Amino acid sequence: MTPKALFAASATAALLFALPASAAELTIGFSQIGSESGWRAAETSVSKQEAAKRKVNLKIADAQQKQENQIKAIRSFIAQNVDAIFLAPVVSTGWDSVLKEAKEAKIPVVLLDRDIDPSGKDLYLTAVTSDSVHEGEVAGDWLAKTVGDKACNIVELQGTVGASVAANRKKGFDTAIAKHANLKVVRSQTGDFTRAKGKEVMESFIKAEGGGKTICAVYAHNDDMMVGAIQAMKEAGLKPGKDILTVSIDAVPDIFKAMAAGEANATVELTPNMAGPALDAIAAFKEKGTVPPKWIQTESKLYTAADDPQKIYDSKKGLGY
Amino acid sequence: MTALLPRRGIAQILALIVILAVDRVVSPQFFDLRLQDGRLFGSLIDVLNRGTPVALLSLGMVLVIATRGIDLSVGAVMAICGAIAASLADSHSLPVVLAAALGAGIVCGLWNGFLVAVLGMQPIVATLILMVAGRGIAQLITEGRIVTFTSPDLVWLGNGAILGVPVPVAIALGMLILTGAVVRGSALGLLIEATGGNARASELAGVGTRAMILAVYVWCGVCAALAGVIAAADIMGADANNAGLWLELDAILAVVIGGTSLFGGRFSLILAVLGALIIQTMNTGILLSGYPPEFNLLVKAVVVLAVLLLQSPKLSGFAGIMARLRRTKS
Repeated sequence: MTPKALFAASATAALLFALPASAAELTIGFSQIGSESGWRAAETSVSKQEAAKRKVNLKIADAQQKQENQIKAIRSFIAQNVDAIFLAPVVSTGWDSVLKEAKEAKIPVVLLDRDIDPSGKDLYLTAVTSDSVHEGEVAGDWLAKTVGDKACNIVELQGTVGASVAANRKKGFDTAIAKHANLKVVRSQTGDFTRAKGKEVMESFIKAEGGGKTICAVYAHNDDMMVGAIQAMKEAGLKPGKDILTVSIDAVPDIFKAMAAGEANATVELTPNMAGPALDAIAAFKEKGTVPPKWIQTESKLYTAADDPQKIYDSKKGLGY
Repeated sequence: MTALLPRRGIAQILALIVILAVDRVVSPQFFDLRLQDGRLFGSLIDVLNRGTPVALLSLGMVLVIATRGIDLSVGAVMAICGAIAASLADSHSLPVVLAAALGAGIVCGLWNGFLVAVLGMQPIVATLILMVAGRGIAQLITEGRIVTFTSPDLVWLGNGAILGVPVPVAIALGMLILTGAVVRGSALGLLIEATGGNARASELAGVGTRAMILAVYVWCGVCAALAGVIAAADIMGADANNAGLWLELDAILAVVIGGTSLFGGRFSLILAVLGALIIQTMNTGILLSGYPPEFNLLVKAVVVLAVLLLQSPKLSGFAGIMARLRRTKS
């Protein structure tokens, strides 16, 4: 693989001459936010796996949660004339000038996991993200289906106040259960997306709802809060997963451990595999000139105890969650 | 006992009683207690249990503040020590785990104390260094993941009970008694106050101010380490990103609510712990009330303001407030 060959494989060249540039020759630069959470670490390791599967040379730059580092990384990718750039933007604004530079260099940019502000829509090829409103809907639909016609009082553990993911996951869930008069959210508090706060808030929910007897289900905006809530229920002498149904979002390994032990019922996956669809889109774009849609939505898959949680736990635990 | 609970404690006790009464109104079962798996269970126990980390932090913080210092790094030290405890828990015995975590706390305290007492840095800047770097160190230890463990010994520290009392509460009580006995049972407390009141004069009078400052930061580190171990034991895992996050501010607030001046010189251990309990009673009350979470911080700010106004010498008592209002109107 010579640098010359890489230069030739720019987007226009592929379009004009329809070169059979196979994915094996692609070099892609990935500006990752950093290691802000376990999910982020898993996204990085899955990206490496997906790239290796397709024999793509993936260069990952860790920005340590700083936008200026991401901009530097993108400039260096442009200087190296990579075939494409993946960007997981740490913030949604301030990308215009660096993305213009990439556009002038004819290097397609794919956003992973997060979107940028509307003014920059023509500056990137596509965005691969999950729909967090839809995630909430999937969770709500599962609960509605599982409960049936029984009256069900739900307590909700919200994410951090002001976080868009929290607002969206709440909105989606509310929409899904609005169709069912027997489902009602009786208490809703923020657990800041953490285990410790999830546990503390659940403790108070249990006390406020007659020792937990009137709670039929818990909905948590992420699995970590649910893991904390499960501990709170156990300490109160309740059986999570049986006395109180649980549904949460993210699909981190520890929730599968709880599921395998019968203490959790369902989780909606926020897939760490954002790079897979992005790599496919880039390959199609390079080979056939297929322009992908502006937004590629990842699947929000529902997992329950029926999906062999122990096996999923074993496969996920090495990803760095 | 009079030395431990001075007359100035009345405002704090009053505030606690009022907040407890409000909690009783928003949640009628607030004072209900029962035994659950050999452990007392109820909102009151939640207040004590959840208040433990901040109470422990405030025990160390109040001594630091008494020397006219401040320690912003306690939250990060919690994260470091929790991470160490969680990483060692499943492969080592409890004494080793505790020794490692407390040892790390001592090292952190020595570092802060060295910067302040020996290099003469301003405490707020000196401890800011570890506040920022410490969380990074904790993340390095956990590799950014939540390190979980199953060791029953360590889990007992967070979720066990001694005669029905949750272990964390017993530990905090033990630390309060130990700290009180050491600083008030000897002249140490007086020397700490002298250091904070006027370091130069105390030094000339023969007080080892450097040793005093070093000692209080080390003690603060030990308290933070214990709080970190308890926080990790509570959730059976170390969450380096979130453990102890912003708790340094709650600890400082607890000390201030307890009537200790940030200018140093005078302190009360028991009132600092009472301050921590006031904060937690309020937090638990907010959670029980069912208000939307957007109100949490607002309610907290209003209550803290009220408690601090209650203590203000210029605004002491309702009559004083009214008199002032009348004066400003005319």
